[in-house]
Amino acid sequence: MLETEVLLTALLLIPAAGASMVAFVPSRKIHLLRGTALFFTTLTFLCSLLLVSHFDSEIDTMQFVQDISWFDVGGVHVRYHVGIDGISLFLVILTTFLVPVAVLASWSIEEKVKSYMFFMLLLEVGMIGVFISLDLILFYVFWEVMLVPMYFLIGVWGGERRIYAAVKFFIYTMAGSLLMLAAIISLYFFNEAQNFDLVEITQKLSSGEIVLSPLAERLLFLAFFLAFAVKVPLFPFHTWLPDAHVEAPTAGSVLLAGILLKMGIYGLLRFCLPMFPAVSVQLAPAISLLAIIGIIYGALVAMVQPDIKKLVAYSSISHLGFVVLGIFAFNFQSIEGATYQMLNHGVSTGALFLLVGMIYDRRHTHLIEDFGGLAHVMPCYAAFFMVIALSSIGLPGLNGFVGEFLILQGTFLENAGRAAFAASGIVLSAVYMLWMYQRVFMGTLQNEKNLALPDLNWREILILVPIVILALWMGLYSSTFLRKMDTSVQKVVDRIEHVREPQIYRVEYSGH
Amino acid sequence: MDINYTAVLPEIILSLFGILIMILIPFTPKARQSALGFVALFGMVLALICVSAQCGATGLAFFGMIFQDYFGQFCKILFLFASAAIVLVSINYLEREKLPYGEFFSLLLFATVGMLLMATSADLIMTFLGLEVLSISTYVLAGFKEGEMKSTESALKYFLLGAFSSGFLLYGIAFVYGAAGSTKYLKIAQVIEASENYPPTLFLGLGLMVVGFGFKAALAPFHVWTPDVYEGAPVPITAHLAVGSKAAAFVALVRVLYQVLPELSQHWQAILWVSAVLTMAIGNIAALAQTNIKRMLAYSSIAHAGYLLVGLTAHNRLGAQSILFYLVAYAFMTLGAFAVVQAIGREGEKYIGIDDYSDLGYRYPFLSITLSVFLISLAGIPATGGFMGKLFLFAAAMQSEMYWLVVIAVIASAIGIYYYLRVIVLMYMGESKDEGTPIIVPTPVRIVIAIMVVGTLYLGIFPGTFLHLASEAVSF
Repeated sequence: MLETEVLLTALLLIPAAGASMVAFVPSRKIHLLRGTALFFTTLTFLCSLLLVSHFDSEIDTMQFVQDISWFDVGGVHVRYHVGIDGISLFLVILTTFLVPVAVLASWSIEEKVKSYMFFMLLLEVGMIGVFISLDLILFYVFWEVMLVPMYFLIGVWGGERRIYAAVKFFIYTMAGSLLMLAAIISLYFFNEAQNFDLVEITQKLSSGEIVLSPLAERLLFLAFFLAFAVKVPLFPFHTWLPDAHVEAPTAGSVLLAGILLKMGIYGLLRFCLPMFPAVSVQLAPAISLLAIIGIIYGALVAMVQPDIKKLVAYSSISHLGFVVLGIFAFNFQSIEGATYQMLNHGVSTGALFLLVGMIYDRRHTHLIEDFGGLAHVMPCYAAFFMVIALSSIGLPGLNGFVGEFLILQGTFLENAGRAAFAASGIVLSAVYMLWMYQRVFMGTLQNEKNLALPDLNWREILILVPIVILALWMGLYSSTFLRKMDTSVQKVVDRIEHVREPQIYRVEYSGH
Repeated sequence: MDINYTAVLPEIILSLFGILIMILIPFTPKARQSALGFVALFGMVLALICVSAQCGATGLAFFGMIFQDYFGQFCKILFLFASAAIVLVSINYLEREKLPYGEFFSLLLFATVGMLLMATSADLIMTFLGLEVLSISTYVLAGFKEGEMKSTESALKYFLLGAFSSGFLLYGIAFVYGAAGSTKYLKIAQVIEASENYPPTLFLGLGLMVVGFGFKAALAPFHVWTPDVYEGAPVPITAHLAVGSKAAAFVALVRVLYQVLPELSQHWQAILWVSAVLTMAIGNIAALAQTNIKRMLAYSSIAHAGYLLVGLTAHNRLGAQSILFYLVAYAFMTLGAFAVVQAIGREGEKYIGIDDYSDLGYRYPFLSITLSVFLISLAGIPATGGFMGKLFLFAAAMQSEMYWLVVIAVIASAIGIYYYLRVIVLMYMGESKDEGTPIIVPTPVRIVIAIMVVGTLYLGIFPGTFLHLASEAVSF
């Protein structure tokens, strides 16, 4: 069908068109600028819903594929190849969902609205591009392009130490990903300089048409892995994250936590595992160890934060540790759980940042000690915060539970010890979240400045209601989402099993 | 052998216009001297038409001293384009700084003649002549701001070191002549191909020639002059040194190494490998510490010579075409960046500290947005020509299995991002300073900047067109 083929390209073009529209609106017309941005991002979201309805969950290959030559001259062949499968489908939807939410949450931005909205739309193009690209160069282009608007969003509209945070964010991510560029180029020559096509290279690697020496395979894996580990961020590459999250404006934090971190995970699932399964299996214990350190370390550091926004930032490190752990447990439950948990984390942590932003707009502080007893003056806010905090902890019935449960179940099957350590992270997450909730919302109102705080207004409720509905839906009826992922996740698992089986037999034979 | 004047017609036109301008100086009223710039521009456009008409012609011409090939024609168009851009931005610059027009344009035309000769030369003597014509003109141009210490220092340093390096080049040519018995490119290549063991003087000649070209192209460790000269020279001339002069030296080096001495590739690859690493490292690391934008761009231009060397070291077809592609991208972004620097510098080039860029972002959106695009491209971030160029250069090295060189190049680019970003940070996120005199961007400068931005982005999004031309151009 012709319509569905161009759907993904349309998702890139609509925000791009929005960005160019914004560029032509005079910068004084703040309302028009906001309206334009909201219109185009919402339109993108509605368009992306067509993907869900047309998605065929039985097919394990890419869907909505569009594959045309970008340029093919002088021995360099790059294609514009886009498509999605069950893993990227919901990441695209998550992106298109969170961007309009982030735009709505940016109503409090009064200065330089024009460039803000411009960068917001540009960022959306980059983020969607990353999830749909199936050509390595195209992927890399989007991967890097997206840094520029994010860098400006943090650097211009951020908090006090915004410049430091913006530069650190940029340099860390860029340094990580440049080695990936080297790896991409060398894969091209391993592919006999034919193309940079991800699907084709993955297929050739698994069928043995491209044979890599163990050393080459390991180096290539590490080059990709480093780029993704910085983005996730996996301990010990996480140091940019607290700075960037805390200094970014609310919408920036939402998109950083909601989407950008997912790109790292997505990269692991899409590149590292299918292309280099053998090395992935070899290095899984080490990576899992880092993930577990991240889970516990992130949670412990989150516990002692005096600043709510920092607390949420460190909780991200902990949550993403779970996701990485799930991926490197290599079974169906764990990988499906990890994929699902990515979405959950995007929803709940995104919402937490939104909530923190709302209180910041009123009080211009995120310090826990400045609050206390807020539930008395802002009951509605407190209720929303409770639901989201519980979803982040992983209370059954809300979204976080399903993902964490699947990850732990899968990890337990692979290695009980890892699962035991990781489970302590859930306990800790309850500790830091609830303790923070208690200090901020419970007790008596002590600070006089908090006495007259207005409760949520219609715009803020409009932002939060869909998120809460989504959190409940994802928690109560997860099969809407999981069934669409099954085939694609199974494909990744099969790829890993394919290299693991002979090793298991070898161990058995040597035992006799 | 046929003289075939048409092959050197562009050079003849440019020289004639150079002389014509000198004749016109006394006959033009003081107030209308800026018209001489348009005379120079007209000459360049004529030469450009001439080159375009010749496209496709092949063979040797002018007593076997000149190649006619796509490669030469590609480079000639690039050089003429760069020089024309410099003429356009200079007209207002000279007016602002109250410098004489006539001599400036006439020298610039002669410098362009030198560049064109270097791109097409088929004989070492001709290469040397081209280099000297280019150099002597630029020595004068670098010191054009009469009575200003820095400009004079710049010219003197450039002249002394440049003369020295010309000596090296000539000495190298002499050795190669001694070893091969000819100065003709094709003849030398034949002799070397036929001989079993190479005389030691050949290696000596190769080394000395690399030094000579390395100086002009500002390759480490022969780059020491660059920051001082770039800083002191008038901005349009800095742009000329960074783009035209450097590119001409590179193109000549490509010809000498790929066409004359391909047999010795093992040896020169080793030299250039080391030089590439040094050039990228020194350029990027030293640029981090600069507080003056011209010096920063000087070190950045050194770093970019390093990336070009990566492609040169690869010694394959992809490498040669990537160099051409990168030179085009580099010309767009560097000329654009210098045009912005010139506008922001204002009268007397008072505002060339990186601090002076603080908070310009929202006050001068056109200059800031365009400079950001150029810097992002120089940093090698996708959707710009700078990224595509680097991609091709690194791919070429990868193809020759120089993995470590690519890894080092990649790390060097990562360092480079920091100092390019710093300027953008200041422009958009910096504290506001006292405003100083308002910035006026004259229309010709505006046009040049706009063309360069469009070019930079075009190369990043549709690299196919130029890559195709570049791959056609590489016929050897």
